[in-house]
Amino acid sequence: MHARVMVWWTVLRICLEERLVYRGDFALGTLMRFLPFITQIFLWDAVYAAGNSTTIGGYTYNEMIAYLLLTNISRAFSSMPGLSTSIAQLIRTGDIKKFLVQPIDLIGFHLLMRVAHKLVYYLVAAAPFALVFYLCRGFFAGWPDPLTMAAFLTSLALAFLLGYFLEAMIGMIGFWFLEVSSLLFVYQLFSFFISGQMFPIDILPEGAQRMVDLLPLPYLAYFPVAVFLGKIQGVALARGLAIEVGWVLFFMAASRYALHRGLKRYSAFGG
Amino acid sequence: MRSKVTAYLRVFLTFARNSLVRDMTFRANFIVDCVAALTWVAMQLAFYLLIFRFTPSIGESGDWGKHEFFIFLATTWLINSLVGAFFMPNLSEFSELIRTGNLDFALLKPIDTQFLISLTKIEWSTLSNAVFALALLAYSLGQLDQPPHLAQWILYPLYVLCGTAIYYSLMIVLSSVSVWMGRNQNLYDFWFYITNFSRYPMEIYEGPIGTPLQWTFTFLIPILVVVNVPAQLLAHPLDAQHWPLAVFALLATAVCLAGSRWMFIRALASYRSASS
Repeated sequence: MHARVMVWWTVLRICLEERLVYRGDFALGTLMRFLPFITQIFLWDAVYAAGNSTTIGGYTYNEMIAYLLLTNISRAFSSMPGLSTSIAQLIRTGDIKKFLVQPIDLIGFHLLMRVAHKLVYYLVAAAPFALVFYLCRGFFAGWPDPLTMAAFLTSLALAFLLGYFLEAMIGMIGFWFLEVSSLLFVYQLFSFFISGQMFPIDILPEGAQRMVDLLPLPYLAYFPVAVFLGKIQGVALARGLAIEVGWVLFFMAASRYALHRGLKRYSAFGG
Repeated sequence: MRSKVTAYLRVFLTFARNSLVRDMTFRANFIVDCVAALTWVAMQLAFYLLIFRFTPSIGESGDWGKHEFFIFLATTWLINSLVGAFFMPNLSEFSELIRTGNLDFALLKPIDTQFLISLTKIEWSTLSNAVFALALLAYSLGQLDQPPHLAQWILYPLYVLCGTAIYYSLMIVLSSVSVWMGRNQNLYDFWFYITNFSRYPMEIYEGPIGTPLQWTFTFLIPILVVVNVPAQLLAHPLDAQHWPLAVFALLATAVCLAGSRWMFIRALASYRSASS
């Protein structure tokens, strides 16, 4: 057991060091990412100014901007840039065999790599995030109560796991199709709209909202933010968290199963 | 002079044909690319349809009602697809040419280097967005109370070309920077972040932060005139108050093209050829 922990600890440490090499690029990239947010503020300002009511789907102007700002936090947990592509690439180039001959689990290794990536990201991105949130503090009504905060943090951790296993699962499709880039592009498009990155999904017409609710995508961006803003409380909150746990377990099992089945048909391309 | 123009046109047509032949070799991939590009614009359209469920117009003035704004949106897509089809695939590779030293081969060819590196590859699938944009434009124009005047029909394509030229100049400037920086992989990102400001009517930028932004992106980096001028021209009746900006857009196009050309030549002079 001790040896195993040491192996994973070493893996994590190497990943951390590897990631810290590009810290300057990281910090600049994070700050740049908020630029489109400025145009979003002006767009929604124009929409609310001309609109028929002071709220849209139950969101006041301030809440809408706070929502959009907070989705940056939930995406900082759930987005996994390059994960699916790198897994699919391992399969296509044949590099996946290093996981077959070494006693390292592919899903576990990539999970730790992502944990390292995220830890470094939060470390470097904390300053730009703090700056932007400080400048935008006027849009927030205040801190939520401790219980809501705990639920928010839990939903963020679950969003990380869901994002990871979901994208790992898409990468595994590479066992069957070899090239997943177009599939991934379509997934990212849907994810961008349906996860709630562009607008809170409660402003959708009721029918569309019911359909979106059945999908795992809203848990990647919308759900944690709605929890923070107090839009989901009590029984609905407990139910939401339970469903999120369910989705995490589902994709955990699905990616494991896909790996198992995929390796059976894997034919070692790339020599 | 005339024979030179004909020669360049023939080279361009050869590039266009070669790109089409390559695209048609992988036809399924081409269709997937078209579908993906169309899905993106369809989703954006869905987003704005959603927004117009809650408001009659974008901005208090009421100038950009649903159909007027859709003319704006179609113009954005049209210009973006022109840039995306003709220049984006080439200029995003320019920094790679510098890093690897392969720019040497472009410099040796008996043709203008800027022309060569700007138009070698054409991404035909991106033009599918232009078709979608024209369809939305036709539909929205049909919904307007007052159909556009003949002068508006003539000026619109001219200003779409001006907008494309301004975007192109900005790209040339951004990629020229990679000669000095050695590597500029974030061209796409930077491009997206900057042009993001031009995706909405310029009137929405108001107030203590908005007004300076509007001025900066109109007069310093004139990306706000790219879509605003042609869209304004077609969506609203010709009005004396819009003329100064329209004249300015012509001037801005000329300055941008000349400035970016100057910058490109300066950048080439600093090129040190990584391979030799």
